[in-house]
Amino acid sequence: MAKVHLWASLRRFADGQEVVEVDAATVGQMMDALERAHPGLGPAIKAGLSVAVDGEVIANNRAAPVGPQSEVYLLQRLKGG
Amino acid sequence: MARDDVKTGYKLIGTRPNRPDGLDKVTGRARYGADFSLPGMLHAAVVRSPHAHARIVKIDASKALALDGVKAVVTRADLPTGLTGEDLNLQDNTLAGERALYDGHAVAAVAATSALLAQDAARLIEVTYEVLPHVTDVDAAMAPGAPVIREGVADFSVPEGMHGNVARYMEFGHGDVEAGFAAADIVREHTYKTEATHQGYIEPHACVGQMGEDGRGEMWVCTQGHWYIRRMSAAVLGIDAANLRVTPSEIGGGFGGKTTIFMEPLSLALSRKAGGRPVKLVMSRSEVLRATGPTASASMDVKLGMKSDGTITAGQVYFRMQGGAFPGMSPIGEALPCAFACYDIPALKHEAVEVIANRPKAAAYRAPGSPMAAFAVESLVDEMCRELKLDPIAVRLKNGATNGSKSSYGPVYNVIGLKETLEAAKDHLNYTVPLGPNQGRGVASGFWFNHGGETSVTLAVGEDGTATVMIGTPDIGGSRASIGLMVAETLGIPYENVRVNVVETGALGVNEPTHGSRATFASGKAAVEAARHAMTEMCRRAAADWGIDPEAVEWKDGAAHPAGPNAGKFPPMTIGEIGSKMGSTGGPISGHHEVTAEGVGASFGTHVVDVEVDPETGRTTILRYLVVQDAGTAIHPAYVEGQYQGGAAQGIGWALNEEYVYGADGRLQNPIFLDYRVPVASDLPMIDTVIIEVPNPGHPYGVRGVGETGITPPLPAVASAIAGATGARIRSLPCSPPKVLAAIMAARA
Repeated sequence: MAKVHLWASLRRFADGQEVVEVDAATVGQMMDALERAHPGLGPAIKAGLSVAVDGEVIANNRAAPVGPQSEVYLLQRLKGG
Repeated sequence: MARDDVKTGYKLIGTRPNRPDGLDKVTGRARYGADFSLPGMLHAAVVRSPHAHARIVKIDASKALALDGVKAVVTRADLPTGLTGEDLNLQDNTLAGERALYDGHAVAAVAATSALLAQDAARLIEVTYEVLPHVTDVDAAMAPGAPVIREGVADFSVPEGMHGNVARYMEFGHGDVEAGFAAADIVREHTYKTEATHQGYIEPHACVGQMGEDGRGEMWVCTQGHWYIRRMSAAVLGIDAANLRVTPSEIGGGFGGKTTIFMEPLSLALSRKAGGRPVKLVMSRSEVLRATGPTASASMDVKLGMKSDGTITAGQVYFRMQGGAFPGMSPIGEALPCAFACYDIPALKHEAVEVIANRPKAAAYRAPGSPMAAFAVESLVDEMCRELKLDPIAVRLKNGATNGSKSSYGPVYNVIGLKETLEAAKDHLNYTVPLGPNQGRGVASGFWFNHGGETSVTLAVGEDGTATVMIGTPDIGGSRASIGLMVAETLGIPYENVRVNVVETGALGVNEPTHGSRATFASGKAAVEAARHAMTEMCRRAAADWGIDPEAVEWKDGAAHPAGPNAGKFPPMTIGEIGSKMGSTGGPISGHHEVTAEGVGASFGTHVVDVEVDPETGRTTILRYLVVQDAGTAIHPAYVEGQYQGGAAQGIGWALNEEYVYGADGRLQNPIFLDYRVPVASDLPMIDTVIIEVPNPGHPYGVRGVGETGITPPLPAVASAIAGATGARIRSLPCSPPKVLAAIMAARA
């Protein structure tokens, strides 16, 4: 199960958990599983999230692989100038 | 010209060929947004609110429409209803609905046969307002009793009990912050403020729009991202994106401010109402400053713990940022991760709120959020270094992030060059020049994530063996030259044989704008892949001609070669030979690549500045300025140096003079360049640059973005240098002469 780290202000939508374990093979599956398990996270996911999987930032790719031992951090979708 | 400072094995990358747009720009042939004209074209003017917050009671355009030559007036009633979310925000900002939300908010627009007539007609449009309470300051906007300027702006993230102007909330961190502070020898905490500043691009917003009654239209526009212009304009007008073709002009600066729409849909709405005649709309400088996106203003609390040897034990920030009257526009989501990005600190807490206020809708500005965050954190680091009498570069080397560090916001840094920039700054002559009376030195580091994003590129081989590359990212800082160099290097042909064109929305798949320092990275990466596709096809054509397997052919030095002795003995077939007969060998040869580009490499920089402060006037003079930044690989070093110098110049302006000044009536007091003081050439010395090259493993040639990091360190570096010169610490930008003088007087007292 991949370990998904939620930033602090998201944790209240996931029963206060800092880390949520998710069974997923891709970033897209991980996002969908997160929303199924914790519907309160839906607005944040729909607003657009980037992720870091095992240290690598995935800005916007649902097909990017997630391994069973992966450590995933959710990040706000970044803008640039 | 071969590169002589670094042995890379490249023939072209790292050289400095002439700029492809240079001749057009110095001769005036380059076509910017306002240069475009069409037969029968009308000119538009916009009526803007003189109030910071007001209910629009009535709009009477009868006197304007009675003028001979006035062809159309549009108000919000001419735009479709039912939009939601950011589309509604864009429409609300394009033309006010029931309320004007800031000084300069567009209320109506008029098209006439001349620009002067349109301006006269705009003055005849009578708008009746009911003035409402307003608030423009970030802290005042969330104080008890502040007027709630829009109901229901808070998104899911805002906890209950916060002020009605709070639109977003964010919090993250790691480690035990309180234990970290307890382990420190000194703990210091201060509040820092930055005012809103404008991107200050030289070219004002300008476009020509044409749209028939059938809803099909075309636009020529100055923009950083024409697919964004298409999508946003289509949403605001309620038309299909495919019915709008958008062609970008040359661009006279953007810095993030041209990644969105402000008035562009008005040209289309007016055109449609004026029987399909094209409509030109060009903003004045005053309109640009009043009604297009500046960056956010910020109020920031920072707390740091440090041991006497310089080890930082813990850090904490609480940022408050306002991004105008619309939610989602302040860069808290970027500022917080940037705050401690240069450091590897065991315990950190980040917290931020976004607040709305009666100001224009903010837009991205070069490394959005990072300069403010750096001002707060790097200023406090400098204050504590001075208190403990520690070398500021040594402290940053001691605590700095390096390869494999877990970043302050979660991901692990792969290969980064922060410490290389610090070492180079420490070894640079500028760091050891003796300082005189009233002179001070400041040091700061900065960070930007960089970005990949949606990218589509096509390359076509010409009949003469040249290559044309079609990209969708407008060239703001030299990306055409850099992409041309990468393509020429890949194909093994002269740089002069490659032409890179920025093409319109009908010619490629969707491209994100030139933003996030992504154009040379992402369009370059896609262009290299497109070139490789074309090389594969050219090898196949040669193989067919020679009667051997395509796998037995390799591409090098601009020609197909037999891959080894078993492939047969054939003379190389050059790209020119293949191109000249491609019509009879299977047809045109092109390569294409489209991707949401990943593999971005973060960019770090370190700046050193020396200033002299006149103790009688408070005026600060920049004596010397050094930018050291990791480019990954500098494809065209002259453009890289230009980005470093430009970022520093903008940051110096933000540090010393630039600010939005609002009166008690909520009106912007300085909407012209005479009063909104950007640095000019005579204000600055030549800015010294050192390019560090720690190649990004996520790009075929090691590119990182270079456009944004450079604006980040100047804010704290300049303020710290002034503190060194005067003994007075300015914690609220800009360090304008009156403020510096007051601080000197207070320190003396």
